[in-house]
Amino acid sequence: MNPRDALAAEAAERILLFDGAYGTEIQTLALSEADFADTLGLSADQKGNNDILALTRPDAVAAITRAYLEAGSDIVSTNTFSANRISQTDYAAQDLIADINAAAARIARELADEFGERDGRPRFVAGVIGPTNKTLSLSPDVDNPGFREIEFDELTGVYAEQAAALVDGGADFILVETVFDTLNAKAAIFALRQLERKIDRDIPLMLSMTLTDLSGHNLSGHTVEAFWYAVRHARPLTMGLNCSFGAEQLRPHIQLLSGIADTLLLAYPNAGLPNELGEYDERPQTTAGHLLEWAQAGRVNILGGCCGSTPAHIAAIARAVEGVPPRKFAASERVTRLAGLDPFTLAA
Amino acid sequence: MATAFALGDSPQPTTARFVNVGERTNVTGSAAFKKLILAGDYAAAVEIARQQVENGAQIIDVNMDEGLLDAVEAMTTFLKLISAEPDIARVPVMIDSSKWPVIEAGLKCVSGKPIVNSISMKEGEAAFLKQARLCRDYGAAVVVMAFDEAGQADTRERKIEICERAYRLLTDIGFPPEDVIFDANIFAIATGMDEHDGYARDFIEAVSEIKARCPHVHCSGGLSNLSFSFRGNETVRRAMHSVFLYHAIPSGLDMAIVNAGQLDVYDTIDPCLREACEDVILCRRLDATERLIALAESYKGKSADQEQAAQEWRGWVVEKRLEYALVKGIDAHIVADTEDMRAAIAQRGGRTIEVIEGPLMDGMNVVGDLFGSGKMFLPQVVKSARVMKKAVAHLVPFIEAEKRVGTRPKGRIVMATVKGDVHDIGKNIVGVVLQCNGYEVIDLGVMVPWTKILETAREREADMIGLSGLITPSLDEMVTVAEEMERTGMTLPLLIGGATTSKVHTALRIDPAYAGPVIHVLDASRAVGVASKLLSDTLRDAFVEQAAGEHQAVRTARAGKGRSELLALPEARANAFVADMAGKPPPPRKPGLHVFESWSLADLRECFDWTPFFRAWELAGTFPAILQDQVVGESARALYADAQAMLDRIVSEQWLTAKGTCGFWPCRREGDDVVLDDGTWLPFLRQQVRKSRERANFCLADFIDPAGDWIGGFAVAIHGIDTHCARFKSANDDYCDILLKAIADRFAEAFAERLHQHVRTKLWGYAEDEQLTNEALIREQYRGIRPAPGYPACPDHSLKPILFELLGGESAMGISLTETFAMLPTSAVSGLYFAHPQSEYFGVARIGRDQLEDYSTRRGADLKSTERWLRPNLD
Repeated sequence: MNPRDALAAEAAERILLFDGAYGTEIQTLALSEADFADTLGLSADQKGNNDILALTRPDAVAAITRAYLEAGSDIVSTNTFSANRISQTDYAAQDLIADINAAAARIARELADEFGERDGRPRFVAGVIGPTNKTLSLSPDVDNPGFREIEFDELTGVYAEQAAALVDGGADFILVETVFDTLNAKAAIFALRQLERKIDRDIPLMLSMTLTDLSGHNLSGHTVEAFWYAVRHARPLTMGLNCSFGAEQLRPHIQLLSGIADTLLLAYPNAGLPNELGEYDERPQTTAGHLLEWAQAGRVNILGGCCGSTPAHIAAIARAVEGVPPRKFAASERVTRLAGLDPFTLAA
Repeated sequence: MATAFALGDSPQPTTARFVNVGERTNVTGSAAFKKLILAGDYAAAVEIARQQVENGAQIIDVNMDEGLLDAVEAMTTFLKLISAEPDIARVPVMIDSSKWPVIEAGLKCVSGKPIVNSISMKEGEAAFLKQARLCRDYGAAVVVMAFDEAGQADTRERKIEICERAYRLLTDIGFPPEDVIFDANIFAIATGMDEHDGYARDFIEAVSEIKARCPHVHCSGGLSNLSFSFRGNETVRRAMHSVFLYHAIPSGLDMAIVNAGQLDVYDTIDPCLREACEDVILCRRLDATERLIALAESYKGKSADQEQAAQEWRGWVVEKRLEYALVKGIDAHIVADTEDMRAAIAQRGGRTIEVIEGPLMDGMNVVGDLFGSGKMFLPQVVKSARVMKKAVAHLVPFIEAEKRVGTRPKGRIVMATVKGDVHDIGKNIVGVVLQCNGYEVIDLGVMVPWTKILETAREREADMIGLSGLITPSLDEMVTVAEEMERTGMTLPLLIGGATTSKVHTALRIDPAYAGPVIHVLDASRAVGVASKLLSDTLRDAFVEQAAGEHQAVRTARAGKGRSELLALPEARANAFVADMAGKPPPPRKPGLHVFESWSLADLRECFDWTPFFRAWELAGTFPAILQDQVVGESARALYADAQAMLDRIVSEQWLTAKGTCGFWPCRREGDDVVLDDGTWLPFLRQQVRKSRERANFCLADFIDPAGDWIGGFAVAIHGIDTHCARFKSANDDYCDILLKAIADRFAEAFAERLHQHVRTKLWGYAEDEQLTNEALIREQYRGIRPAPGYPACPDHSLKPILFELLGGESAMGISLTETFAMLPTSAVSGLYFAHPQSEYFGVARIGRDQLEDYSTRRGADLKSTERWLRPNLD
């Protein structure tokens, strides 16, 4: 069975577990510049370049992934949030994009296969593509609203390059996550469509939006519903929300999305809101308690954690939702869905 | 239902039943918006979008298809700007263009889910499906026009058949039917042509059938077409639109592109008018059009003096017959009618000149008014002038016999195409229009030195001088004329016109050279207004002052404006375009020179690009759609028929000869130069304006391999128009004179296109499998370019002598060059062939002093001459 169908089959049976944060986990390791840079000989300091660890400290990345698998993750993500040409150029590592992504995917792939063989339950690898720090919809220059730091074609090139390497390294799916700009997400979709045709294979897509205000808009101003209409043509394998806030604040938006998305719903909030020191300190049981409510209301198919979440959080969630039936969704009725910042529908 | 489309009363529901698509951010639909975009006033243009949304538009249609605009740039700029305005960006956008590249550029700027308007099977199924897939990849719904390889669907059956076929194709590739919106073409009705009578009914019936046969789709349409026959009569248009929607919505019309302010509530329409509208829309009675036209008059508040049937006019009084003949451009009876008039006036003791001063001028005034108010178009005016000239020619012997001094014209204008330039179509048209309006035009012809222009103006006591030119060096010659007028103390107004002239050039270079009034005349339709103001006692001073003020404003704006930044030449070179030389063309199959003494005219006729032909006559629109255009279609059809008739004779009677030469030479690139193996040096210019990211600073040399490559060149010309033009002139037939010149230009362009194709597939042979339709040829969908010296990619006209030398010299080619490098015969095209697959057209635009000096050295010319040739690129 191909990964798309296999995931669908598993998700029909139970609520699946995604993994948790990498960034905050890596921070706790307190790695040095020597750990990050190793012998690559790059011209810029590498400390803080979490993604390069796939090449310089693969053991560290593997240890975190292993911990999540042990906590119960069915899907593990690659540690490649910033492994794109735009972000890596800041570290002078732009020539290593293919290497970093392929290596990161291989780390996750090997562990996923190892756990899969151990108990016969399939584990999946989601190749992570972050949004980059550039936005297609907004001008960074307040005096010149028509200006853009980046154009569509350039960004699709950036996404395609990263996605190709992730697929090459063994990722089952591509997860375009933490989408703050809807047009960035559309560019990623466009890039993946072209890549699929180029390499002539199916690349199942997972999409996850992030909100910037409590009323439920992302940075480019789209509501959850408008965002869904803008990306629905991609027929993503999963659609969801991540990061943003803690589970408590995310609840109404998950509820809304659950009602309209005719695909698997993936949610992985932060471990609460950051405290005054910028740390996430929501306890695993608290997070798991919120997510259990969502599960019991039949709103979710896959759960995980974002910033501040740890293997302990994932384990707590896994225990909490065990035996709770997954969300069921029906094919949506045929209406014409359009979107500006707000959604627009026309009966068909 | 009556209020379903009356907006503004209730809040918009989330799920709409009938959608009003705002049409005001559409340059083809809104003159105000177009003006703002052309002026670059995007801030005000954004406000129009905002008002539109505030007024209830649920979707906004954005269209930038305007010949003077870089539509890709305009679309991109505007969409980015409105996406920064939450009040506007909250509604979906309809990206509206007939050009796919503009649509695709728009799709790259719009977040949310837009609608593409439109794609069609016009270019076949493959292109249609490719665009549909891309729309899907970009995440957009699509409007599909009922248009296939055979053309736009007009009948009910064609509309249904095309839409059903498109539906099947789209659903077969998995395109969701709910994202398909069919536009089954709303055409004008009540046009007076019987075959148009059923258009609205056919549309409404087709919509209902399409909805039945194609589950989940929507139907849309552009409403303003429907009532085009009644433009200017808002009451009738609003009523027609409302009545149409009243019937179309229940049949399944889901959305319409419409000015929401242009709709009335069905029930409030005057029942009489409503019934008449219903009759034409539903095609309920044979005389429906006549009845609506008659009724429409009462809403116009004008006299009901309607045109009578065509035969009737022969029975009118002679004054009326003359006027009718002039307005309609009918010369069949003009000599007889003029003679009747003359005899009548003579009988009551009047003079012959009264025929001209009275009924003929009255008739021409009507023509002038119709033209001035946009109700008549240039080809008709030129035909009217032909009638006038024939009438006057009949009267001249009688006037001479009466030995009386002729009437004093409104004004006397000396007109000339300046020294070095041979193009006169535009000048002749302006001359005709001025004559029609009672001005005496002394036409000095082409290649006229300033001495002769000034001399004639003095001797004949002219009231003004008009200068024309097409090629860029003529701009400099116009400055010379202005300087000489100043030096000899002239004060009469100087009018500037012609394709390369502009208000900016006039303000920056000509106006400062001459203290008298200098006026740039944009096109023939402005000439009369300008001339009459300049000769008016009351209006002249204010007009001259206003023009001077505008020129000053241009100069100030120019001086103060941050012009696009120039790179230093080395920097520009560092950002050169890097062509992949692995893809360079193979050596030509048949190198050396090829001469074609007489290419088949019948063959060339098949590859005419007609659009510029209509533009020469100031008819705006793309061929063949222009023939059906609601505004100029009638004029265009008449002109096209005349052109076809003349073409038949040109071809069968061999009036013209198409002679051409081409050649290919081994070469290599050295820096920005291309050096031929025989030592010939071809220097090129490089773009210096700072580019946005990723765009190179192009130079033609970039397309040639330093390690060895090939370049080609060609020149074609159409010989033999002179005897025929002389014949027309002597018969007072400016219309045919201009028509022949315009056709000869089309032959020359078609020859260049055809020869290029022959080169690609045979002589050079790098694209032997190429199979392109004429439309594809016109759109230049082939590999390789043929830039011409003097045009944007290669602005230096003075490269022509080098090219001509390579092609065997002027006498062998049968084409000569004037001192400013215009080609004779006038209908001629020359250029260079670049065959690299990545070669593309570009404009060099402004260059810096550093490149001017560098180029001058490479060109082996003195700096002053180089500066003169490149002046337009320096300002």
